[in-house]
Amino acid sequence: MIIRLILHLALLLLFAPMLNGIIIKTKALFGGRIGAPLLQSYYDLARLWRKGFVFSRTTTWVFLAGPVVGLTVPLLASLLIPFGALPAPISFEGDLILFVYLFALSRFFTVASALDTGSSFEGMGAAREVTFSCLAEPTLLFVLLVLARLSDGLSLDTLLGSHLLTAWHSDAGASLGLILVCLFLVLLVENSRIPFDDPNTHLELTMIHEVMVLDHSGPALGMILYGAALKMMVMGALLVRLAFPWQTGWWLSDALMFLAGLAGLAVLIGVVESIMARLRLPRVPQVLVGTMLLSIFALVLVLR
Amino acid sequence: MLLLLILFPLAVALLALLLPWYQARSWLLPVSGGLHLCLAGICVAGSDYASSPWIGLDALSRLVLIVTSLLYAGCAVYAVGYLNLRRDRGNETIVPCLLVFLSAMTLAIAARHLGLLWMAVETTTLASAPLIYYNRNRLSIEATWKYLLLCSVGIALALLGILFIAYAALVGGDMPISLQLDTLLANASQLSRPWLHAGFVFLLVGFGTKMGLAPLHSWKPDAYGEAPGMVGALLAGGLTSVAFLAILRAVQLMTAAGDGAMARQALLGMGLLSLLLAAIFMVRQPDIKRLLAYSSVEHMGILAIGVGIGGLATFGAMLHLVNNALTKGCLFLSAGNIQRAYDSKRLSKVHGALATLPISGGVFLAGFLAITGSPPFGLFMSEFTILRGIFGNGQFWIGLLMILLLAMVFIGMGATVLTATQGEPVKLESAYKDSFLLVISPLLFLLMVLLLGVYLPEPLQRALREAAALLEVQP
Amino acid sequence: MMELINPLLLAVILINFYTLGSARLVACIRVVAIQGALLALLPLLSHGMTFHAMLLAAEAFCFKGVVIPWLLLRAIRRVRIRREMEPIVGFVPTLILGVLTTVGAFLFADLLPLAPEHHDGMFVPTALATMFSGFLLLITRRKAITQILGYLMLENGIFIFAVLLSAAMPVMVEAGILLDLLVGVFVMGIVVNQISREFSTINTERLTALKE
Repeated sequence: MIIRLILHLALLLLFAPMLNGIIIKTKALFGGRIGAPLLQSYYDLARLWRKGFVFSRTTTWVFLAGPVVGLTVPLLASLLIPFGALPAPISFEGDLILFVYLFALSRFFTVASALDTGSSFEGMGAAREVTFSCLAEPTLLFVLLVLARLSDGLSLDTLLGSHLLTAWHSDAGASLGLILVCLFLVLLVENSRIPFDDPNTHLELTMIHEVMVLDHSGPALGMILYGAALKMMVMGALLVRLAFPWQTGWWLSDALMFLAGLAGLAVLIGVVESIMARLRLPRVPQVLVGTMLLSIFALVLVLR
Repeated sequence: MLLLLILFPLAVALLALLLPWYQARSWLLPVSGGLHLCLAGICVAGSDYASSPWIGLDALSRLVLIVTSLLYAGCAVYAVGYLNLRRDRGNETIVPCLLVFLSAMTLAIAARHLGLLWMAVETTTLASAPLIYYNRNRLSIEATWKYLLLCSVGIALALLGILFIAYAALVGGDMPISLQLDTLLANASQLSRPWLHAGFVFLLVGFGTKMGLAPLHSWKPDAYGEAPGMVGALLAGGLTSVAFLAILRAVQLMTAAGDGAMARQALLGMGLLSLLLAAIFMVRQPDIKRLLAYSSVEHMGILAIGVGIGGLATFGAMLHLVNNALTKGCLFLSAGNIQRAYDSKRLSKVHGALATLPISGGVFLAGFLAITGSPPFGLFMSEFTILRGIFGNGQFWIGLLMILLLAMVFIGMGATVLTATQGEPVKLESAYKDSFLLVISPLLFLLMVLLLGVYLPEPLQRALREAAALLEVQP
Repeated sequence: MMELINPLLLAVILINFYTLGSARLVACIRVVAIQGALLALLPLLSHGMTFHAMLLAAEAFCFKGVVIPWLLLRAIRRVRIRREMEPIVGFVPTLILGVLTTVGAFLFADLLPLAPEHHDGMFVPTALATMFSGFLLLITRRKAITQILGYLMLENGIFIFAVLLSAAMPVMVEAGILLDLLVGVFVMGIVVNQISREFSTINTERLTALKE
């Protein structure tokens, strides 16, 4: 039990920043550049951690609560989800609801800390973030409902169990394909990737997520970046397990396969970011509504 | 013989494409129209041509064939005069299209296979679109677009209906899956009922669009209003009869399967609705051709009611089909003449037609009396027969409603037609004069309707009775 | 072969959704072309490599997948339009309606008295859903081109249903279906050209002179 917990957390904490490095590397290769080294994200985090805290006089404790919650929530959520074939350390009936709303909690605190600065740009970003995520949240829930229907259980561990392999080959394969696409889009939205949001944009007016953390610096910014990396890995774990439901039975090969799947996902995100332009802001809700409708349709297909 | 009847207009159409002389091309129409009429007469008089599984004639199609052929021949004679007036527009497109249209109509009438019937009706839509677009102005584009889109969608739904009927055969089991009409009729009792009903509804909606039954009639006033007079006559008298024949095939199938009552009720409902809507829109209608279009909707409604009631009314409906086609020919052709003369078809410019153009105006006025069912014209007889059928069936309220609506139509149509025909003679700006070719066909049509009103020849009576009997076959 | 049918029909449904939700005409024409090409595979997958199925597939591919989209693309290149502006009903509402009708089609198809071998499978619901989507396009859009696309989708839906029956229908009728479709769209294309020449737009909302 303890060993499993440690392995789980070690995988998460050590590998998470690597995903960002892979994405950046892929984009650089697509652009014909060599790009930053794969471990650049680790160096950045270390650099930020060595700096001191700077707080505006107008802010309160809420300003710091955002980054802290943003870091702890993915850690907690990761305990509920299996990493590939490695089972989740904690599992109980209905933990999928907790999983979804843990992220909602972190979003609430991020938004609160953005509003705490009193900056108009940050308020704007917060409004957008809340709008888009409230459109993405039903999709995630419908996706989990589809999985619950296929597995007759309500814990993430059962949902992502080994039966997925047979489900892919049955009539439900079509539904699984649909929710895989939906989940990928939700992943892009939740982690503020192109085509929904551009993490590297320079104009506050066009930002969504980045504008909320403009006033954070030093270790607080480090916590936010690290938390974002963890979040991507936790949500990616859901996707990877769904896409590659094989298991070997030996923990090391299972873990390696899981990490390979995550790396593949990161490459895929990098490719998407390289070949797509950012959507115009009014188009984003349209796409999200479309995603939600697709997931509803997938649910109807398995309910039939 | 029947195959020749279908194919020779296509050959003439090809010839029309190659001929370089304007007059010769125009004259191809009456020549082929006359030939078609002769051949159709031989086919109809002949004993039995239902030998091939694809094409053949039964009592219903004989009736429609001879009426359509007659109407076409008349319109073809008129066309020579009309195309002479419209030299600016040319006849390179309209003549081949008219001939293809004739061929497609004949094929649709003779088809013994639902798929072939569908194809032929679709071809009539495509061949008639350029005819409606003949004037090439904004209004005719609009009319053509509506016609194409609505009729194409309708025809697609009819295809779906045919597929449903094939599926009914598949689900029903115990029978060969075929769309051949005789096979279907023989095995009708084995068809799966839900699919047969769905198929009938889609066929009714699909071909009903083509026929112009309310509420699917909205293309009709536009298309008839903007098309040249003779095209209007062919559409209102010929094509609608063909579409009606297609619906009757579906009714035959339903009757053979023992569900004729349901089919009749659907027809009755749509017929009454058509009559009602047409009557409403005919009151204060300022455009004489649109008026005629609504009159066509009205008469399609009467046909549907006649078949919907059954018995004697079906016989009346068959007679009405003949009368309606001929009268519509007479009215559209004379209205076309009036429009040419006044360069308008709206009441704001058209008045005093009787004094200005004695023959065209007179035929138009007489045609109005005929179409509204005044004695002694044939339509009086047919409408009277249908009403007798209704009252004889004990459906008192439906009969009363129909009489009321017919009266409303008479008043509404009369107001417009009388305004157009009565009054002082006007000095015409156009160089139009009633010529022999332009008035002979409407006059002949009128004469025939008059004859049918006073005397029903024995062969025709027998043909009508046989056609009506085909619809009454009970399993 | 049979297990490929469901993913294929699913792709057809996804294309319906895309066409309902997209404003870009070129993209819409392309995906409808893809839909036609996918449908061409359907007879082969469900009836095997018989001569009859191959003929039907070849026809469907040529007309639905190549010729008609090419005609439409040529038409819009000539009139220089790119987008469907201001549809009568917005894109998101039509998309929602499309999904609802699709869901409805799936539920409704379970109630239908189908032949036993068609009870599972997605043939009938997909056919219904595609027809509904075509109707939605026809009703909610103003551009003549999009209305033609709607008509094409309607025909595609009917085609899916026809594949169930293609063993029962002689080749001649199928040939007629496709040929008529081609000629129909061709004639419509000519009319579209005329509309654009007369009105310098292919919005059908301008076509409102004829009314009571």
